[in-house]
Amino acid sequence: MIAELGAFALMLGLACALAQVGLSTAARLRRSTVLAAAGEGAALASFFGVAIAFAVLIQAFVVSDFSVANVAANSHTEKPLLYKVAGAWGSHEGSMLLWDLALTGYGAAMALFGRNLPRNLKTIAVATQGALGSVFLAYTVFASNPLARLVHPPVEGASLNPLLQDPALALHPPFLYSGYVGMSVIFSLSVAALVEGRVDAAWARWVRPWALAAWSLLTIGIMMGSFWAYYELGWGGWWFWDPVENASFMPWLVAAALLHSAVVTEKRGALAGWTVFLGLAAFSFSMLGAFLVRSGVLTSVHAFAVDPKRGVLLLFILGAMAGGAFALFAWRAPNLNQGGVFAPVSRESALVLNNILLAAATATVLLGTLYPLIRQALTGDAISVGPPYFDLTFVPLMIALILILPAGPLLAWKRGDAAGVAQRLWAAAALALVAGILTYALVSPRKAFAALGLALGAWLITGAIVEIVERTRAFRAPLAETWRRLIGLPRGAWGMTLAHIGLGVFVLGACFETGWRAEAAETLPIGGSLNVGAYHLVLQKITRVEGPNYDAERAQILASRDGKGVCRAFPERRLYLANGQTTSEVAICDRGPSHLYIVLGERRDQGATPVWLVRAYWNPWAVLIFGGPAIMALAGVISLSDRRLRLGVARRREQPA
Amino acid sequence: MRRRAVLAALAGVLCIAAASDPAERLPNPKQEAHARALFKDIRCMVCQNETIDDSEAPLAADLRRIVRQQVQAGRTDDQIKKYLTDRYGQFVLMRPSFDAGNIALWAGPFVVVAFGLLLLAGRLRNREPDPDLSEAEAKRLERLSRDA
Repeated sequence: MIAELGAFALMLGLACALAQVGLSTAARLRRSTVLAAAGEGAALASFFGVAIAFAVLIQAFVVSDFSVANVAANSHTEKPLLYKVAGAWGSHEGSMLLWDLALTGYGAAMALFGRNLPRNLKTIAVATQGALGSVFLAYTVFASNPLARLVHPPVEGASLNPLLQDPALALHPPFLYSGYVGMSVIFSLSVAALVEGRVDAAWARWVRPWALAAWSLLTIGIMMGSFWAYYELGWGGWWFWDPVENASFMPWLVAAALLHSAVVTEKRGALAGWTVFLGLAAFSFSMLGAFLVRSGVLTSVHAFAVDPKRGVLLLFILGAMAGGAFALFAWRAPNLNQGGVFAPVSRESALVLNNILLAAATATVLLGTLYPLIRQALTGDAISVGPPYFDLTFVPLMIALILILPAGPLLAWKRGDAAGVAQRLWAAAALALVAGILTYALVSPRKAFAALGLALGAWLITGAIVEIVERTRAFRAPLAETWRRLIGLPRGAWGMTLAHIGLGVFVLGACFETGWRAEAAETLPIGGSLNVGAYHLVLQKITRVEGPNYDAERAQILASRDGKGVCRAFPERRLYLANGQTTSEVAICDRGPSHLYIVLGERRDQGATPVWLVRAYWNPWAVLIFGGPAIMALAGVISLSDRRLRLGVARRREQPA
Repeated sequence: MRRRAVLAALAGVLCIAAASDPAERLPNPKQEAHARALFKDIRCMVCQNETIDDSEAPLAADLRRIVRQQVQAGRTDDQIKKYLTDRYGQFVLMRPSFDAGNIALWAGPFVVVAFGLLLLAGRLRNREPDPDLSEAEAKRLERLSRDA
């Protein structure tokens, strides 16, 4: 009965989304505030409908109601509660419902908190959001209903893939999807701006908080997914250029470009058309991702259950929504205001360069993901596009981006002073170079490219510090003035600096880990040992343990360095009883920013004494790889708390005037 | 037998750097490192987007054995890759070849950069005339300010 209630609420959500489109469109045509308010009410109602359906799905998972097909296929009575709840979004159908929840949730948020938007703009944005909600809800209701019943419910469920039973991965989809779908608000605002024919500084200012929030959430979502791959897949890789990863990376890159171009539109009124284009592109890439992950057109380690028929539907949605929006863009964009002029050396130019490089990086990821498909369709030749391709294309683009990055914030708007900027940055450049040279000289084995990468990471960080020093006139003005300026810096400025430092931290970690990771593997009897990096590992004992829904062998391994024990690790090899799958539970010893990463492999019986395969990795500075993006997301949140962006502030300030 | 079937089924999901298995290792560490570097460029064709360095699938193990044998026999990277592409096609290489069919793939990103730079250059050239005052304007301004 409850499941039917949920299915009904979902239908109701769809009906309300359709009403939202109709009412808001009529409101704009007749310039009626009453109809506009009704459209916003429908947006709220649509969200409530979907929220009820989502709550019902979670309830079905929690009580293990196997008469619901989706629960039977993805849950199991013995699963821990967290993974029962997470199972609600672990499957194709459930994750689509999560997508709908986010989509209608953003629509409701826009209706509630968009009070300072101009009325016409808001009405059209709400209508567009409703249109997006309608198509995705219709898809969910008619093609992938998560609450469909089974006629003959099984006694026990088929369980969730044990690899996915992990805290980081349980929380990964909610973050990822709120990021993905957050781009829909920017999409709707862009469509509205095109319809109204006005893209100005005020519009860019309204877009920025949504873009910041969506980008920060997406950053966390991608980082969690990467962290999960790092410690769950068992060999310490954290980015594979897998199609599904690429699908989440493309909207991230576009949103990053948008955050920068929106600044130009806000401060200088320029790049209006381009900012709108990026606003449309960001959510189009989100939809492309939804299609790629669910259609099975690409082979990927972590694609959802493959269903070509659904893929066609999603492709149709993507084509209709993105195609319609870009057609509108082609029609209306030429009328947009060109905005202020700027010199070749200016902050505008630097931000345009940033956008060119980020756009090219997005094109690289897109080409690398889709080219094998295109080439096979055209010529029948099967080719692979793997990590070596991205190393040769994406990496040089990023190097160029990183090289110009510290100069951007130091340049003045309109007309910058190249010599002045070079003078301010030479100390940062020298420090970064010294860092690179020291790394090359001191870390063995010697690796020139990795050392260069370290210099680049250091350049980002020192450059960001120089920027703060410049803004506060540190070392030149009295200490009190520096302090006053430091306190007075807007949160947005801190956010920018911190995001750039976060990128630098990531680059340091990624280059150091990739350059100097060490690996060792041996089959060990009890008491046997192996060496990895500077560490000596001894397999002390193996015990059998019983988990809630698995049996496991647990190794006790003592890691020592220079004869002194530093860490006792307990890696496990688990056998999940529900579907007979084995997984390895990695043990990680934290050594400052580095990881000693230990995996217990299979048991092999050679003669009388049993031996176990033990793999160990020394992953230097691995923490920075995940810490960098965490800093970037935090920077987004700090920037979001800037009072200039806080909703309603601008309005309140306007009133007394 | 059943265990092998389960392993094969799992190979798609479980990638635990299968190539580091000591049972497969070459005695000469230099050759072994060379083979490992090559593994990272070779795809396990029956797996889901994995290299033979990562995959536990039986086919990946076979390919690793072939590559190790050839490395041991002193064949060059190009010879080994050619041996593989002759049998399995370009699909087996993780790095797409620089041939005519892949022009769009390799050039695409740099075309985007070039196009963007051209647009930027056009935008910079079409700047409004310099905001500095012309001689006539300067004189007029002077006259106006004198009048005031």
